[in-house]
Amino acid sequence: MSQAAVDRLSAHFGERVLETSDAFGDHEVVIALKDWVEVAQFMKNDGGLQMDHFIDMTAIDYPERKPARFDLVLMMRSSVTGARIRVRTYVKDGEEPGTLSGIWSGADWAEREVWDMFGIKFKDHPDMRRILLYEEFVGHPLRKDYPIDKAQPLVPYRQVDDIQKLPPFGIEEGQPFARIDWEARLAGRDNQVSPAIGVQLGQRRTLSDSEAAQQIQARIDAQMAREADAAQASEEPSEEGSGQ
Amino acid sequence: MEPADELLNDQAALELSSDPMRLNMGPSHPAMHGTIRMVVDLDGETLVNLDVQPGYLHRGFEKSCERGTWAQVFPYADRLNYVSPMLNNVGWSLAVEKLLQIEVPERCQYYRVILGELSRIADHFTCNGASAMELGAFTPFLWLLKVRDWVWDVLERETGARMTHSFGRIGGMAAPPTATFKDDVRRLIPEVHKVVKEAEIMLLRNRIFLDRMQGVGVLTKEQALSYGVTGPVARSTGIPYDVRKDYPYLVYDRFDFDVPVGEDGDNWDRFMVRLEEIRQSVRIIEQAIDQMPDDGPINVDDPRIVYPDKNDVYTTIEATIAHFKLVMEGLRTPKGEVYSFTEGGNGELGFHIVSDGSGTPYRVRVRPPCWYNLAASREMLLGGMIADVIPTFGSVNMIGGECDR
Repeated sequence: MSQAAVDRLSAHFGERVLETSDAFGDHEVVIALKDWVEVAQFMKNDGGLQMDHFIDMTAIDYPERKPARFDLVLMMRSSVTGARIRVRTYVKDGEEPGTLSGIWSGADWAEREVWDMFGIKFKDHPDMRRILLYEEFVGHPLRKDYPIDKAQPLVPYRQVDDIQKLPPFGIEEGQPFARIDWEARLAGRDNQVSPAIGVQLGQRRTLSDSEAAQQIQARIDAQMAREADAAQASEEPSEEGSGQ
Repeated sequence: MEPADELLNDQAALELSSDPMRLNMGPSHPAMHGTIRMVVDLDGETLVNLDVQPGYLHRGFEKSCERGTWAQVFPYADRLNYVSPMLNNVGWSLAVEKLLQIEVPERCQYYRVILGELSRIADHFTCNGASAMELGAFTPFLWLLKVRDWVWDVLERETGARMTHSFGRIGGMAAPPTATFKDDVRRLIPEVHKVVKEAEIMLLRNRIFLDRMQGVGVLTKEQALSYGVTGPVARSTGIPYDVRKDYPYLVYDRFDFDVPVGEDGDNWDRFMVRLEEIRQSVRIIEQAIDQMPDDGPINVDDPRIVYPDKNDVYTTIEATIAHFKLVMEGLRTPKGEVYSFTEGGNGELGFHIVSDGSGTPYRVRVRPPCWYNLAASREMLLGGMIADVIPTFGSVNMIGGECDR
């Protein structure tokens, strides 16, 4: 069923469908970002497709990939034919895809979540606010270069002498061996070791010392400094008042 | 002297403010199921504008998954929809198995179906009981939760935990069914039927309950599709969409069961759809119990995927090494991207997983059914009365753990 939908899209858009795939039984088409809204509109309105049931939209981050860093993925279903299809496009950091919230209402919250988690803004979205996190949050946590152990508490941790408050866990604490390609390493091709050891040996950058993580830290520091200044500024007049 | 009612003659003093009143409900309003905040603009008692703000239970599920092994996601998955954790466990197992392109033995498939349907019964009883309680009917709440406890007794005997079982495994289950499993479930079935009947007697002819439920919180079919609503909420609007029927997984295609649908998409239909689904789940369980083989393997026969037997781990070096490698490195999945979806308690529970070929997921996206159901709740509530927020929100059955992840 879904193959028919892929064929229909390929027939209509021809060259503009960059790629099709049916890996693991999931049918997918890849399109360019400029066709994003047009393809969505066509899927909704075309008599042969009738993709009227919004399923999901999400993004995937490949920080090292050039030129487009993000995959933007849309999943649709037709309530008439039961066909399902996945549409993918590639988005550069800072690029703004058009919003689909006018086509399917469900895209409204989905796009807000993508903005919140990945920092992809959608053009003409009626209400581009963060949705899961708070407005004061700096950075976008599902980007790969956002460190997992970073804490941004709205209310600062209590300072207690002799007790050091630590974040819940370190970045590489989870499964340090799980990401190593052991076969390649045994064959001598990849000399990578456990990430935590690798950092000590200077072999591999961790997420925490990547540039973007430093940028986020700098922005947090700057914001806190601004707040401290503002707090000081608001205190000063009152001190003068009490002096008089 | 001035007359005492002089102020009343003054038109300006009588002028009442006609601006809408802004009111914050939540994030910890007692009748809100999860921690959620609603900012409502009220004209009298009518909702003229509404902003639903989820996120107060956001724990970074998707980010956390990116630092463990595939098997370590199970405890997180338990805590998505914590009212029906077994369905999430099975959903995650199926997603990774789709990536590995393996199928669990038949006995395990039946086992998963039965445990999953038991979870669904518990889920629907909880939701319907809470719906009644929010309208002041406390007895039905306790009456229905009584059954949930009986269901949990069975699950406890099987898995060792009443909630958050973490019982699913990739390529099987943590343990085979106990010797008394079938008898336990068979004994439970008439009790479930009895309590569903009693719930109907208690509630369905209650004038207050009818008035608060019927025609309140209406969602149309078109809105439901456009918002991506699934599960009982979608079925209440008349969309006969059930993943178990439309895209059968496990052995659901072997059972004879109906998909109940509503007509109006109001609170009443949502309540009735859930009540009927309990009956259909029982039907599935009855058939599955009869068809389930009494012996046979539960796990796939592949030491690269399934943990070795604990006795062997402590006595043989091969099993110790296998166990060590599975725990430390995790099982290896092929490179690729799959979307696997099952019928969770609230609708289509999807796992979109991306693997880079290592022992750790590269990206895990959960498609939480509640998320889109909750987004659509704006349509149900807008234009209604503020008192209707409570029953409508209850019948949407937003579960914070799943919605906010």
